[in-house]
Amino acid sequence: MLLFLIRRLLLIIPVLFGLLLLTFFMLRLGGNDPAAIMAGDNATPEMIARIREELGLNQPLVVQFWDYLVSVLRGDFGVSLFSQRPVSEDILDKLPATLELTLVALVIATVLGILLGTLAGVWRNSIFDHSVRIVSVAGLATASFWFAIMLQLVFAMGFEILPLRGRLPTGMAPPPDITGMYIFDSLVTGHFAITWQAILHIIMPAVTISLGGVATVARFTRSAVVASLQSEYANYEQAVGYPRHRVVFPYVLRNSLVTPVTQVGLLFGGFISNAVAVEAVFDWPGLGSYLVQAIFTSDYQVVLAVTLVIGAIYGVVNILVDMTQGLLDPRVAEKM
Amino acid sequence: MLILKKFLRDLPAVLGALIVLAAVILAIFPELLVDNVDRINRGNIIMRLKPPSADMPFGTDDLGRNIFERVIVGTRSALTISLFVVVVSMIVGVPLGLIAGYRSGWASSAIMRVTDVFLAVPQLILAIAIAQLLGRGQISAMIALAVTYWPFFTRTVYAETQKVRASLFVEALEGYGASKTRIMLFHILPNVAAPVIVRATVGMGFVILTAAVLGFLGVGAVPPAPDWGLQISEGRKYLPEQWWYATFPGLAILLLVLGFNLLGDGLRDLVDPRLRRS
Repeated sequence: MLLFLIRRLLLIIPVLFGLLLLTFFMLRLGGNDPAAIMAGDNATPEMIARIREELGLNQPLVVQFWDYLVSVLRGDFGVSLFSQRPVSEDILDKLPATLELTLVALVIATVLGILLGTLAGVWRNSIFDHSVRIVSVAGLATASFWFAIMLQLVFAMGFEILPLRGRLPTGMAPPPDITGMYIFDSLVTGHFAITWQAILHIIMPAVTISLGGVATVARFTRSAVVASLQSEYANYEQAVGYPRHRVVFPYVLRNSLVTPVTQVGLLFGGFISNAVAVEAVFDWPGLGSYLVQAIFTSDYQVVLAVTLVIGAIYGVVNILVDMTQGLLDPRVAEKM
Repeated sequence: MLILKKFLRDLPAVLGALIVLAAVILAIFPELLVDNVDRINRGNIIMRLKPPSADMPFGTDDLGRNIFERVIVGTRSALTISLFVVVVSMIVGVPLGLIAGYRSGWASSAIMRVTDVFLAVPQLILAIAIAQLLGRGQISAMIALAVTYWPFFTRTVYAETQKVRASLFVEALEGYGASKTRIMLFHILPNVAAPVIVRATVGMGFVILTAAVLGFLGVGAVPPAPDWGLQISEGRKYLPEQWWYATFPGLAILLLVLGFNLLGDGLRDLVDPRLRRS
């Protein structure tokens, strides 16, 4: 298992290198001159030339790439043209907000998806099964940003039971910084009023992001449960006289969870994509809205860094998924 | 004929096919439901932000334009974008997947490494960056989506080709001395066609969703184009009073993507009975 982990971690490196190469050349050849943007509208050609010199933009591209690579390996992503702060600091500020959002969405997708999928599989072809299928097919076809706006329309503007935007009400100070994830931090430090507000604020964005995930997980769980229920061991257990919930709960479910768990991992990429638009709708101060802002201001250091960070997170999550599969299914673990 | 009969028994798939068919007809002949297609971008300030009525079922927008007509005409751009992206991705992705899956050597591993790089970040994020670099507009969005979508086809074809490659008939053909190109084009390609068609159908829906996000974030179509994502982002400013403005374009996206997904599921059941939804 440990060997497997090391091998997989090493395999991420060439992918990240390729990603860095791709985004670097894409952005530097893309035509937008960061020096001109930084200098502003009234800049003279001399000023732009000076800024180009300072940023090293006159060097050959290969040299620029090498310099960039060396500094990235040192953990230095350069300075954001827009916020004038080190990009790594900006990312560390924004990352917890996105992680908190995607983790809560992941929990919703897993719990709700497995619950709905199992029940639909057990009550196969009932009205419940059919409604789960309709809802999950529709869930996969919904534009997340539109669903976010509809939730705002109904629950924030209509019934006024959930807050419209942000992570906390304006004026409420965030909890002491431990992980940067408000729900966790406020629970640990005992600020339960903040926990409650943070939960209220995260419900709508997290539900929006998890929508496609709930649908996918429910679908895969259902078909796996249906298949397991028809297997010989399930028939045997029923013949021996196990009550239905005993057959389903430990035995069928454990055998059915391998595929959905793989799906949960694959969903992560979709979640980050959705987070880009959903964070914009809910003014959620995370990596997604940071990236969008950076793209619009041609802040190429930021775009490069965020893409790289997301690529790294993505790679690590895929390894975690494979390891979870190994824990659930000893047959998979043997091959590792 | 048997396959058609089987397909017709699958109610959701037939429903999906009907939705897609209706959308294609409306995209080619919007005149069927829209009085004057050239006039959809022309406003009428007196009719500004009117709620849905019998005359204008989806109401009017901030310039007094008929939202129903704009949603109908928007079908055309949604289908154009997704068809372009899927076809280009297939033209690029399928041959690369065939080569990478059938041959072994540096070319094959180079293709798969490049594919891995593209698949290492969510497609949307790369697409936004490329679309922004190319400048705002529908054409940029189309190129950006195609550039980031082909690896999905390469991946699918690669996996399928590897399965077929190990089979006895390919070995026999190699024994007869059939050329590699011949084996790839006439023997492997037909065997991997089914998953590619399924992927393309579901991909149409997926591209419509991604293109809508680009439009919504402002890196896709430019006003006054009747793009669905763009309409939602414009309509958002008038919530909650003028709820109809942002609501109906989103329902149009939902309906069309639903159509492609249902159709894709039905096709998958036809070509691969093992995955039948029982």
